Amino acid sequence: MEIEQLEKVAAQVRRDIVRMVHGCQSGHPGGSLGCTDLLVALYFERMKLNEKDGKVVFEMDGAGEDLFFLSNGHISPLLYSVLARRGYFPVPELATFRKLNSRLQGHPTPHEHLEGIRIASGSLGQGMSVAIGAALAKKLNNDTSLVYVLMGDGEQQEGQVWEAATFAPHHKVDNLIAVVDLNGQQIDGPTAKVMDNRDLGAKYAAFGWEVMEVEEGNDMASVVKALYEAKSKAGHAKPIMIILHTGMGYGVDFMMGSHKWHGVAPNDEQLAAALAQLEESMGDY
Amino acid sequence: MKKYTFTEKKDTRSGFGAGMHELGQKNPNVVALCADLVGSLKLEPFIKENPERFVQCGISEANMISVSAGLTIGGKIPFATTFANFATGRVYDQIRQSVAYSGKNVKICASHAGLTLGEDGATHQILEDIGMMKMLPGMTVINPCDYNQTKAATIAIADYEGPVYLRFGRPVIPIFTAADQVFEIGKAWMVSEGTDVSIFATGHMVWEAIQAGEQLEAEGISAEIINIHTIKPLDEEAILKSIAKTRCAVSAEEHNRIGGLGDSIAQVIVKNDLVPQEYVAVNDSFGESGTPAQLMEKYGLTAADIVAAAKRAIAKKK
Repeated sequence: MEIEQLEKVAAQVRRDIVRMVHGCQSGHPGGSLGCTDLLVALYFERMKLNEKDGKVVFEMDGAGEDLFFLSNGHISPLLYSVLARRGYFPVPELATFRKLNSRLQGHPTPHEHLEGIRIASGSLGQGMSVAIGAALAKKLNNDTSLVYVLMGDGEQQEGQVWEAATFAPHHKVDNLIAVVDLNGQQIDGPTAKVMDNRDLGAKYAAFGWEVMEVEEGNDMASVVKALYEAKSKAGHAKPIMIILHTGMGYGVDFMMGSHKWHGVAPNDEQLAAALAQLEESMGDY
Repeated sequence: MKKYTFTEKKDTRSGFGAGMHELGQKNPNVVALCADLVGSLKLEPFIKENPERFVQCGISEANMISVSAGLTIGGKIPFATTFANFATGRVYDQIRQSVAYSGKNVKICASHAGLTLGEDGATHQILEDIGMMKMLPGMTVINPCDYNQTKAATIAIADYEGPVYLRFGRPVIPIFTAADQVFEIGKAWMVSEGTDVSIFATGHMVWEAIQAGEQLEAEGISAEIINIHTIKPLDEEAILKSIAKTRCAVSAEEHNRIGGLGDSIAQVIVKNDLVPQEYVAVNDSFGESGTPAQLMEKYGLTAADIVAAAKRAIAKKK
């Protein structure tokens, strides 16, 4: 897809995010908006996905296709919107987000058999380990496709992340591309104040990862270019880590750059103000 | 009472190792993971023949459980192995979210359960694992009674689709079940029929229950002994059928009396058919260092304790 088209998809996804969170008056818009460009680039451009008659098909084993795992499950509105817009499940189902009897639980789960979801996440720190397991299975199956995983920067405070960070280079899991969403914010405030992660890129490099710093995580062209570069680094005995600098709340001016919108829903007025900034490129649900 | 004899004693963890060895040859999807305890889990024969299907995780149990969940996505059948304490309590949230709630086909295989790992003491002697694991929706909990049954159970769970907690241990105990047995998950095993009291035992407490049954028989009391190797799903039918006949029950387990097999049986009794029940279990405490035999005696887990409990249960019959 052309960059311009990807940007249009991203605008619609951002509309979906604020409308979903507004619709149930709960959920996490900040991180969802910040990672929108990455997920749109992955699902609409970068990832090799199994299709039949021009439509994506979902099988749990994901044989022969690239896999994506969301470790910071609270940005579920983003994942749900991207999956629906990519064709995994009907777009109108987005309206059920966080409501009773919905497949779109507050945090993603395969428990309700939602197409596109392979693991539950929400309790932080587990997704990279799961992605490593899926990547090892691909190697055992002689499947050369890739495994992607996204984590938050606050999530880097979980100990299990560093168990996985030690494991992946040791076992040469070089079909794994991990991304840390470096937005510098977490629930209680700026990450540097709550629990300073210091230089994450240097940390991962010291653990034996191939590290890429991407400064413009909300510029679609930069994100797509970085993902191509990351793929070219796969298969060289090292796992790949992208430190993706993003802005929390990106795309909605009054939500940007603050932890205040980590887990707060907009009211009617704020929703209207947000939607006025985002093009309805694919039609609202 | 049916007679049980033995010619050999072995640890149940060796039964697990033998089962893994056989699975390595039979099932190409089986993958073994271990957190720096390969020797204790008796995994060497599997690793020797299938080095590409063994994943050394180092001392990182949380990562091991979630990696196992990821392996299932590609159709693998991961057996995640370590000591029972580190396989359950330490990684409860990983099991809950990545395995149970996600419905993943992970086999959590735990050695050194209970008091009888002995000298290492309470830090390693988990007595709460059955409770934690059985509380997880969708989790199957299995605690076989000897070497042969542990081997059979290990092979059986590979063919079952879904998360399983398989519990075994370090003490060397008599082998009294058949080497060629077929292990049926969720199906209680009638060890010996009787009429005066039902003894429901799990793990190596089944052997203690057999000893207790013989002592009771010498005193003119007929005990029915049932091996509950699968604590979840529980064979309620077998329990109800037995207590309908004997009208009283004893549960025997190397576990805290809170949350273990005894409580599962009590639920069945309270819901369906009210009869007296006595517990043989650890009385809500931590363990301590000692030999297995010393600990079994101090914490009330011997055949003599089962005999006393059976007499108490019979005395309470209306």
